[in-house]
Amino acid sequence: MEANTRGTGRLPAAFLTPGSSSFAEFLDAYRPELLPARRTPPLQPVTIEAPHGTTIVTATFEGGVVMAGDRRATMGNLIAQRDIEKVFPADEYSVVGIAGTAGLAVEMVRLFQVELEHYEKIEGTTLSLEGKANRLSQMIRGNLGMAMQGLAVVPLFAGFDVDGGVGRIFSYDVTGGRSEEHGFHAVGSGSLFARGALKKLYRSDLDADGIVQVCIQALYDAADDDSATGGPDLTRRIFPVVTLVTEDGIRRLSSDEVGAIVRTVVNARMDAPDGPTAPLT
Amino acid sequence: MTTPFYVSPQQAMADRADYARKGIARGRSVVVLTYADGILFVAENYSRALHKISEIYDRIAFAAVGKYNEFENLRIGGVRYADIRGYSYARNDVTARGLANVYAQTLGTIFSSGGEKPYEVELIVAEVGAAPEDDQIYRLTYDGSVADEHNYVAMGGNVEQITDQLKRRHREGLSLEDALKVAVDALSRDGVGEKRSITASQLEVATLDRTRPQQRKFKRLVGGQLTRLLGEAESAGEAAEEGAAEAAPGTAPEAGEE
Repeated sequence: MEANTRGTGRLPAAFLTPGSSSFAEFLDAYRPELLPARRTPPLQPVTIEAPHGTTIVTATFEGGVVMAGDRRATMGNLIAQRDIEKVFPADEYSVVGIAGTAGLAVEMVRLFQVELEHYEKIEGTTLSLEGKANRLSQMIRGNLGMAMQGLAVVPLFAGFDVDGGVGRIFSYDVTGGRSEEHGFHAVGSGSLFARGALKKLYRSDLDADGIVQVCIQALYDAADDDSATGGPDLTRRIFPVVTLVTEDGIRRLSSDEVGAIVRTVVNARMDAPDGPTAPLT
Repeated sequence: MTTPFYVSPQQAMADRADYARKGIARGRSVVVLTYADGILFVAENYSRALHKISEIYDRIAFAAVGKYNEFENLRIGGVRYADIRGYSYARNDVTARGLANVYAQTLGTIFSSGGEKPYEVELIVAEVGAAPEDDQIYRLTYDGSVADEHNYVAMGGNVEQITDQLKRRHREGLSLEDALKVAVDALSRDGVGEKRSITASQLEVATLDRTRPQQRKFKRLVGGQLTRLLGEAESAGEAAEEGAAEAAPGTAPEAGEE
């Protein structure tokens, strides 16, 4: 690898130069071609179909935050992948979900993960949740050229704020604009329907289990009305990815755990296909 | 015109080695040893902020003695090397062996180049495996030589005496408490064989724990947890000396302040 093939095989001078604790900045100086932001956007809007990720939902509860994503990636009218994972741990206390061009988004998440870990190792301390959110913002901005040609990436970021002891949610637009959301949020093609469901079902006094259930209901509603969002696949046992972030760190619910909740939700929908109803007043 | 003195290459190298060795011997020691669930790092370090032991990657950690700015430089270089490699290939492709090689080349070229002063450092790069027999410990010296160590290794300060202690006390499959006890006992022997007492606040302790569910196996033991472990180590040690051989691993008694 690079460190072994240059000169005498010793670490290149760039590696031993004190300075930035940012991995992206180091890459920018040493191997800029590895940075997604350095890529030249296509001159024409992209007409070829690239797989797109769809719906991500997230909601906070007392003591943490839950993020869940469906498993479908679409390519125009086709289903490109039925078991894609779009919710990733960013580090021990935060999670990032992606909607938009899957290939670019997954690469951005990978860089983001290394960025946070790198900072932690070099500095010996973690970035604040706000700091992480801002870092992601800059990465999205780096993708603006691509976004303008139709290859947008829109992540959703959530985490447990260790200093404040609460779960927090940050949403983004394609230009890297960041805003903090309170309670719940959804992104992706099915997000309109998911957000509607969240709005009616979300209560701030729910516990973690309740919030997980709300998220699954919201994803079901999104899949119900948006063809690009995948519903739970009971036959293949492909269930949404559900991740829980609390004081104890991040935990992805096992397929069995999610499966059990999905079955309750689906069984209830056998009688009431539109799901739970909210009172009028 | 003055004629420069002729210095034989042997003499030049011996002088440089001497210089580096003296610098390293001045510092306090670091001990690395294997235990049942992984690899334990113990350093005598009074500073909370300047670490001698650090994480490099998922399964790899780094320990150093000598001049702080020099080994800190190497540590950052190592983290960058590991992260760039893991990012452009895959996380599994980052290995302690690869890192040890790069460090060896780096230290070696610096040592034998006339222009730079030799680094006054000694490093350990260790990788925890899936099973105890897959654990790897590499020791790198100022001149770039690499030694593949097994079970335990000490560096800095009073190496011979500490290594001697470790040799007598270390067994395979020690529990964490026992391993810590062995390490702290070894560190607390000073030059003339007298025993000093070392408290939790003078120690920097970390593990590479293969049973950790996270991908990153490195964990620092600090504060209450360390005091508790040291307390347990104390009582477990006494129990062992009385002949009640094995301390039950995995149990967590509450007591044990110093």
